[in-house]
Amino acid sequence: MRLRSGTFAACCVVIEVLGVALFLRGFFPTPVRSSSRTEHQAEPPAPEPSAGASSNWTKLPPPLFRKVVIMLIDGLRDDFVFGSKGVKFMPYTTYLVEKGASHSFVAEAKLPTVTMPRIKALMTGSLPGFIDVVRNLNSPAVLEDNVITQAEAAGKRIIFYGDETWVKLFPRHFVEYDGTTSFFVSDYTEVDDNVTRHLDKVLKRGDWDVLILHYLGLDHIGHVSGPSSPLIGHKLREMDSILMKIHTSLLSEERETLVPNLLVLCGDHGMSETGGHGASSVEELNTALILISSAFERKPGDIRRPKHVQQTDLAATLAIGLGLPIPGNSVGSLLFPTVEGRPVREQLRFLHLNAVQLSKLLQENVPSYTKEPGFEQFKMSERLHGNWIRLYLEENNSEVLFNLGAKVRRQYLDALRTLSLSLSRQVAQYDIYSMLVGTVMVLEVLALLLLSIPQALSSKAELEVPLWSPAFSLLFYLMFLVLSALHVIVCTSAESSCYFCGLSWLTAGGVMALISALLCAVVSALAKMFAAGKFLSKNPAHPKARWSELDVLILLGTMGHVLSLGASSFIEEEHQTWYFLINTLCLALCHEIYRNCFLRDDCEPQQCSHVEEGFVSTAPALQDRSIHCNMLEPHRVSKDPTSLDTLRGCEKWMVLASPWVILTCCRLLRSLNQTGVQWAHRPDLGHWLTSSDHKAALSLLAALSLIVIFALVQRRCSLTSKIAMALGLLGVYCYRAAIGNVLFPWQQDSKDISKGVIEARFVHVFVLGILFTGTKDLLKSQVIAADFTIKTVGLWEIYSGLVLLAALLFRPHNLPVLVFSLFIQTVMTQFIWKPLRHDAAEITIMHYWFGQAFFYFQGNSNNIATVDVSAGFVGLDTYMEVPAMFLTAFATFAGPVLWASHLVSFLSSETSSGSALGHACFCYALICSFPVSAYIILVTSLRYHLFIWSVFSPKLLYEGMHILITAAICAFFTAMDQTNAKS
Amino acid sequence: MKDTDIKRLLYAHLLCIFSIILSIFIPSFFLENFSILETHLTWLCICSVFVTAVNLVLYLVVKPNASSKRSSLSYKVTRFLKCCIYFLMSCFFFHVIFVLYGAPLIELVLETFLFAVILSTFTTVPCLCLLGPNIKAWLRVFSRNGVTSIWENSLQITTISSFIGTWLGAFPIPLDWERPWQVWPISCTLGATFGYVAGLVISPLWIYWNRKQLTYKNK
Repeated sequence: MRLRSGTFAACCVVIEVLGVALFLRGFFPTPVRSSSRTEHQAEPPAPEPSAGASSNWTKLPPPLFRKVVIMLIDGLRDDFVFGSKGVKFMPYTTYLVEKGASHSFVAEAKLPTVTMPRIKALMTGSLPGFIDVVRNLNSPAVLEDNVITQAEAAGKRIIFYGDETWVKLFPRHFVEYDGTTSFFVSDYTEVDDNVTRHLDKVLKRGDWDVLILHYLGLDHIGHVSGPSSPLIGHKLREMDSILMKIHTSLLSEERETLVPNLLVLCGDHGMSETGGHGASSVEELNTALILISSAFERKPGDIRRPKHVQQTDLAATLAIGLGLPIPGNSVGSLLFPTVEGRPVREQLRFLHLNAVQLSKLLQENVPSYTKEPGFEQFKMSERLHGNWIRLYLEENNSEVLFNLGAKVRRQYLDALRTLSLSLSRQVAQYDIYSMLVGTVMVLEVLALLLLSIPQALSSKAELEVPLWSPAFSLLFYLMFLVLSALHVIVCTSAESSCYFCGLSWLTAGGVMALISALLCAVVSALAKMFAAGKFLSKNPAHPKARWSELDVLILLGTMGHVLSLGASSFIEEEHQTWYFLINTLCLALCHEIYRNCFLRDDCEPQQCSHVEEGFVSTAPALQDRSIHCNMLEPHRVSKDPTSLDTLRGCEKWMVLASPWVILTCCRLLRSLNQTGVQWAHRPDLGHWLTSSDHKAALSLLAALSLIVIFALVQRRCSLTSKIAMALGLLGVYCYRAAIGNVLFPWQQDSKDISKGVIEARFVHVFVLGILFTGTKDLLKSQVIAADFTIKTVGLWEIYSGLVLLAALLFRPHNLPVLVFSLFIQTVMTQFIWKPLRHDAAEITIMHYWFGQAFFYFQGNSNNIATVDVSAGFVGLDTYMEVPAMFLTAFATFAGPVLWASHLVSFLSSETSSGSALGHACFCYALICSFPVSAYIILVTSLRYHLFIWSVFSPKLLYEGMHILITAAICAFFTAMDQTNAKS
Repeated sequence: MKDTDIKRLLYAHLLCIFSIILSIFIPSFFLENFSILETHLTWLCICSVFVTAVNLVLYLVVKPNASSKRSSLSYKVTRFLKCCIYFLMSCFFFHVIFVLYGAPLIELVLETFLFAVILSTFTTVPCLCLLGPNIKAWLRVFSRNGVTSIWENSLQITTISSFIGTWLGAFPIPLDWERPWQVWPISCTLGATFGYVAGLVISPLWIYWNRKQLTYKNK
């Protein structure tokens, strides 16, 4: 079967996407689960152990507190309360921490430090899998056992005010709720006022048992202006006064009822030095946790440092406090100070309940649980506990009883700690079989792509894919049988859960058939290559293509980048790699240009030196190793004389200056957004612009950028899309003014901040209009085959529609990125690619490199926290999953996508060769799939690395998304290639 | 004739390497607390002076290129001044390139500039000694098939290996090993030095190895 190389590449990338998806499914482990999910309530609680004597405590202990108020402040990191900021801005809380009846802790959150998984962790006590981040935006209801469900089942009335994520997680648990949305990050007063306004009423009422408040303002301030902003202080003071109000109200109520209440102040995650969260820096992980209740006695002068505990410990503590069974999946251990004031028998009872629950979870998740040290410790303490109960019931000597009680307590605490630790470690269990199948698919595709390079990049841009030859089918059936047998064996013998085995037999069979077909294709391609190699060695007259310095640089750069992915620092600082590479690329281009300009005249007759023929025959072996060998090779014979000498004076100078202009642009962009980890705290232009003092400068810059974008884009559009573009860009500015990012000159202080939905939709309409016009032109060019210019215009219009969409979605301080991207594309097209006549492969790879660099210029990094989620809500009233996902993905990958679409429009406007698009598509697919495949193998081998969750996994998600986008781009390429072929 | 030339080249290069080694050890007799990493800037200055001096001496003693037609004093003086200006210009040029590569613009200016100086010493100074202030000749030497003698050939190799060394020297900077030599610009200057030394060692060997294949056409 003959395929065009573009089509072939697109098919390969699609298969690769399947492989990567399978790998990802296997790589991200499912969290530790108790098998008896919600039916858990039906089980009777574990009775008190007793050696011989029968205990009368078989029911759950009664609640310790009458009312519980949970005040959750989003992004409350520990030093906001316990540090100097706390002393300064939260006087009442500091007083409570230092002198009042309270226990304070530094609760360590686990990865990912994003709100929804953290809420789940707080309420279920389990560790949500990493993949929960991806589902963070469309939070599905919690089905696991959790404190809220238990409380509701026990007839407690729960009231909730705050982040609506809770309402989605617990849709029918609250008797009263008011959700605030967290999508408009720039709003940090109204979100909190919407919570506080209910407070006075609710505190007076007595018809509730649990009150949950989730304040978002602090986190919003962090996102907008960072943790050192003066706004933080105001917000903390506000929170302090709210805490005081709640506490005094609870205390006054206690005076009447004489039953203690509990007030919990906690944060869900911290805040990094730049104000984001999602990663694993200490500032993001450590949150404040304070339990306040008059039940906690404290002697005067008793100064305690906040102890480090796990965030998951809160669920168990709350369950005990409310007299509920501990959630089945909880891996936390009871915060012992909260029950310290109770009688010893009760203390031991609580500890025993917790230990029983943990050991049960361990039994269900670890096959060899009896060998776990925690389990042994638990069994021993249970035995001792029984003895203690017997002594207690026999009313033995109080001192012996006391000593034994202290010993049992210590043992229980040790057992709890060990159990909790070994359960947390269980989270990292990989589904190796699915991972393996995915890897095999990806590698086979990569091998196929690599083997078909010579054919696919030939001038015909077509290649033979052997699908129907008879020998091939025999091998295919054999392979298929062997693989199916393997599948059956693996799936029947596997102990742990496996996603791929869970698939239906038909699907699994299809995947197996695909794998064996790919293997056969690889084998036959190999065989063909060997045959061709033999043929070639017989006639040595075959002209070998020479490699220029640029090719060597491109090859080494790609290899170097792939190798660098093995080091966590290089992943964190990947932007540096790309900036470094494009700088070197520009310098190499500069060298090429200067040589062509100055040495064209006197180098023509090859007078300077020459290399003897004997050396030439040994040269090919050396040529790709180092650059200086290349220096000695003769000029590429095939290279056309460049058109540089035909340029006139002025234009020649422009050509000479262009690399330096591009380098300067890149340097400016680099200082716009500091990203990565090591230097992320450095001041950058982006922060300077977004701070509220420089709003005027930001407005000016945004307006200027929009004008330049129009100037650069309009020159190749049709009149209609020119007008649409102008109006659309105007709409972008109006949108930014409406949501309060920029100012109109006549409107100095805008008080009314709206969501800007109308303005954004106005722009969306123009984006769709321009895209539609472009598509129409493309279809027209297909019908009227002769008209070539219509197609060029159509492609450019699609490109400009994407530019308009990017302009709408980018934050205003990022608009210069778009401007420079367009500018660099113009300069390179005009002065570098056209005069130097690079071939399609080189141009493709340069586009890819620049696309990657622009991904980081936008402020992205290999860290989930830098994804600009707010882009997903531009022009949307409520959360809609599909458009929001699409917009966020586009805004994040705008750099690569825009460069790729520029590549399509540039290559099809160059009439020179028909196969250029096919070559470009093939190269793009190859260069994108190379890092993905290498990375998958690297991650598999580094799966027990210390940084696997904080550094390697987010990058893996980015790579997965990138290959998906590459597949879309390749499909677009292929479509264009097909129309090309027809016309 | 050719073998003696290669031998002279080898000795000259050994002298250069020796000067770099001296620049590491001699200052410690005169200066207290001298070490490459801690008093890096001092070392950069000293190394640069040593290498320049050795290159000048070699140029005067060996005289690799044919003596110029005119040898009046004024011509020599203008030539020398021109060379100085070229050297300064190359320092600024390298400084600009480092900033474009991401070196901080305002902080650490002295460090960046001294790095530019040492890289100029390794690359521009030999070029100036050998080719004189003649941009055309430089471009000729640094393009394919442009060399006309083993001296130019070795110049090409040492210069390019210095650049590659500098380029590779930037790689350890993002790593989180927290070593003293990862600080800007130490790893790059060390890379440049290693690259230069490697070029000095490799070029005579390479030329000796390929002496049969290499023929140079005289003008």
